[in-house]
Amino acid sequence: MAKADPAVPAGSAHPLSRRRPLGDRVFAIIALASGLLVLVILVLIAVSTSQQASSWFTTEGLTGVFSTTWNPGKNQFGAVAFIYGTAVTAVIALIIAVPISLGMALLLTEVVPRRWSRPIVYVVDLLAVVPSVVWGLWGILVLAPWLQGIYNSIASGVNGIWLLGTLFGGDNISGASFFTAGLILAIMITPIVTSLTREVLATTPNIDKQGAYALGATRWEMIRGVVLPHSQGGIVGSVLLGLGRAMGETIAAALVIGSSATITSHLFAPGYSMPAVIANEFGEASGEFRAALMGLGVLLFAFTIIINVIARGVVERSARRSRGA
Amino acid sequence: MEQPEQDTVTTNMPQPEPLARQAAEPATTGRLIFDVRNVSIWYGAFKAVADVSMPIYENEITAFIGSSGSGKSTVLRAFNRMNDLIPGARTEGEMDYRGVGLYGKDVSPITVRRRIGMVFQKPNPFPKSIYDNVAYGPRINGERNKAKLDEIVERSLRGAALWDEVKNRLKMSGLSLSGGQAQRLCIARTIAVEPDVVLMDEPASALDPIATGAIEDLMRELKSKYTIVIVTHNMQQATRVSDRTAFFYVLTDSKSDTRTGILVEHGTTKQIFEDPQDSRTQAYVTGRMG
Amino acid sequence: MAVVADQPNVDLREPPSWRRTKNRIMTWLMVLAFVLVVVPLGFVLFTVIAKGASVISWQFLTADIPINVMPANVGGMGPAIVGTIEITALATVIAVPLGVLGAIYINEYGGKGLLAQVVRFMADVMTGVPSIVMGLFIFSIWTLHYGFSGLGGAFALACLMLPIVIRSTEEMLKLVPDSLRQGSYALGATKARVTMTVVLPAALGGIVSGALLAVARAAGETAPLLFTILTVTTVNKNVFYGPNTSLPSQIFANASSAFTGAQARGWGAALTLIVIAFILMIVARLVTARFARYSS
Repeated sequence: MAKADPAVPAGSAHPLSRRRPLGDRVFAIIALASGLLVLVILVLIAVSTSQQASSWFTTEGLTGVFSTTWNPGKNQFGAVAFIYGTAVTAVIALIIAVPISLGMALLLTEVVPRRWSRPIVYVVDLLAVVPSVVWGLWGILVLAPWLQGIYNSIASGVNGIWLLGTLFGGDNISGASFFTAGLILAIMITPIVTSLTREVLATTPNIDKQGAYALGATRWEMIRGVVLPHSQGGIVGSVLLGLGRAMGETIAAALVIGSSATITSHLFAPGYSMPAVIANEFGEASGEFRAALMGLGVLLFAFTIIINVIARGVVERSARRSRGA
Repeated sequence: MEQPEQDTVTTNMPQPEPLARQAAEPATTGRLIFDVRNVSIWYGAFKAVADVSMPIYENEITAFIGSSGSGKSTVLRAFNRMNDLIPGARTEGEMDYRGVGLYGKDVSPITVRRRIGMVFQKPNPFPKSIYDNVAYGPRINGERNKAKLDEIVERSLRGAALWDEVKNRLKMSGLSLSGGQAQRLCIARTIAVEPDVVLMDEPASALDPIATGAIEDLMRELKSKYTIVIVTHNMQQATRVSDRTAFFYVLTDSKSDTRTGILVEHGTTKQIFEDPQDSRTQAYVTGRMG
Repeated sequence: MAVVADQPNVDLREPPSWRRTKNRIMTWLMVLAFVLVVVPLGFVLFTVIAKGASVISWQFLTADIPINVMPANVGGMGPAIVGTIEITALATVIAVPLGVLGAIYINEYGGKGLLAQVVRFMADVMTGVPSIVMGLFIFSIWTLHYGFSGLGGAFALACLMLPIVIRSTEEMLKLVPDSLRQGSYALGATKARVTMTVVLPAALGGIVSGALLAVARAAGETAPLLFTILTVTTVNKNVFYGPNTSLPSQIFANASSAFTGAQARGWGAALTLIVIAFILMIVARLVTARFARYSS
């Protein structure tokens, strides 16, 4: 067999051909197609779900879609109660999870010696590995009953007090509520917010930190003066990503939120959210009911895409700025 | 090693460059600020610096010279306990500041750094406004009064010869300054807390020659109020600005394949460069000239 | 003899107490954050193990799923385990090759081009799409036309896994030093050959580890399966046709049940699921560790 000519790529059309060999081109096309698949899927999601939900949009119109009345029996499908529930539980989750995640991220980057950070990160990862449905199971069978007693004590204590009463008051409280859902969501988004925040904090240039220490700063003063200002853009991005996650978390919320489409300021009252109602009711729904639930899915998709795009943009911009600085 | 002479700072050192600057400060008080006795520094099991002993005098500029790895920066960082930030770093021996041991049991590194400041090789302004950069030190020490802070900021920026250039843009980010200006900002930031000593780790090596000249002029002015210790790779710079010089050297042990820094010789700058006592010093100072 | 310069009060002791205290309080707050993370984790694991272990037995793992009212010692989760395994395996076979190829496009072919940047950005965004939306999507384009099946569920899970695999694979590909590629090009190899024979093997450990984590995530997902497989209680060995079930689906169904037997079986299923997820995670870490030893 003739010795392979090094100037000729294996499998080419003919010696010294300028055109790339067939196998190479096919591979490139397959790779491109796989990459484009992401874009195709996203577009298909938007199109197919909107199509399924179209009867809801056309029947209810804009005012109907954004009304507060949700009554499947009377064919009334207003989405506001669920948007409200999604927002409230997500905000509760953020209020609880962000300080904790930030504290953990600072602990890992600034306080704990390198040797100990690995085991601690493992623990946080374990939190992420527990499936959503297990959190939900534990939530409804263990946490909610336990919280019920606590909720009732708090509520009876603050009933009537301005602001505290409106938020934490109420009577005949069961464990499944906005607050319980927010609590479980907080636990579930902590790992990702912690890990993203950690990445951002770790980009603080060491020489800036030394500058602060050289001025006689304590560790907290150094963090306040150098690390946090440097990382604020990235932290905002991480928080937004956590928000997106909290909004979309379905199963755990579906089990502990209380399944009641009411809008109330009482956080210990049962409520409902977009993903939760879809999960619980879609199976039995048909006709416009089903279209309405699909429409809630469309809204959820739109909200999370927007939040994720903004969040990723913020993270990338702050990373670019810190690299250039 | 002989006792360094207490003579006037001379003005007639041999200068190879026409841009030589002459030190014109009056004689120092000859008072001891730092007394270093048999100091060795380890990073874990690696002995970086062995058995250094030397004095540093008040209101003088002392230069540490020597090749890379000879321990100059390590010893410098020991003066303000910055080595503490490196895990596994350990200091042995006696290092006294104004008669008090720097590594004593009750000593807080934070208080030490307030009195002994440091300027780094690469200018490191904080991502804050120029004003907030300089005000950072006083603020963490509890100063809240706006008028007082304004006064401190102006005083420090003047002291760093930067006031005229930035007085109309104090709110602008410290990162927007050029290299030389940024370094002067860092110096302003350091003197804002009114330290006693200013340590400088190759303060001009990242700057162009004109900015370097400005920094060297600044050093000479600051000498009257502070004690300055600088590490420099540039021997001409040492001859231009320093009153005293210490020469460090890398000792390689081929048996254990270790490199440890030692202090070979120290004395007045004139003596080190014109009449070095050790052959290694002579080789270093002559090898680079001409 | 030089005069030691001293000042009336050279006091190098601790800074004012309020600074020291503030520093200490903040440090303890950070430690508190860690404790607050560990507590629910410990709580959940403890509960799952305590309540699930009493139910688990070989019979449990293989027996059929009884109706909810049956007491805890009757039946098991056999069909659910079979379902989880076959549906997740199918999803993996779909998602991993496509994800790896997509990452190859972004890193090896796309380079700095706009399209590659857009694809990477949208893959990141896609990781944030709620899993229930994936379920609704596959319901719309597949289940409505072809009925409930494990295949539909696998498609939904694959949509979930795809962006995860793309991003983790891309990170691994980025780590492969360019000198390896240059050396292969210099020998006259085509880009496809360089990628398949040099880059992929070098990044393989990391890719496998990332894929395993995506599998662990998929195995635990419920929402994408809700409307695609129609949770049933009979075992279905044919993953391509007919309704199916999975461990997460059963747990979801049993969690809302009032019967203690069903709840107990739910705990057993939860324990099984966690064990599967943990095993996958540990294997992923082992692969990463072994891979790190061979690289550089």
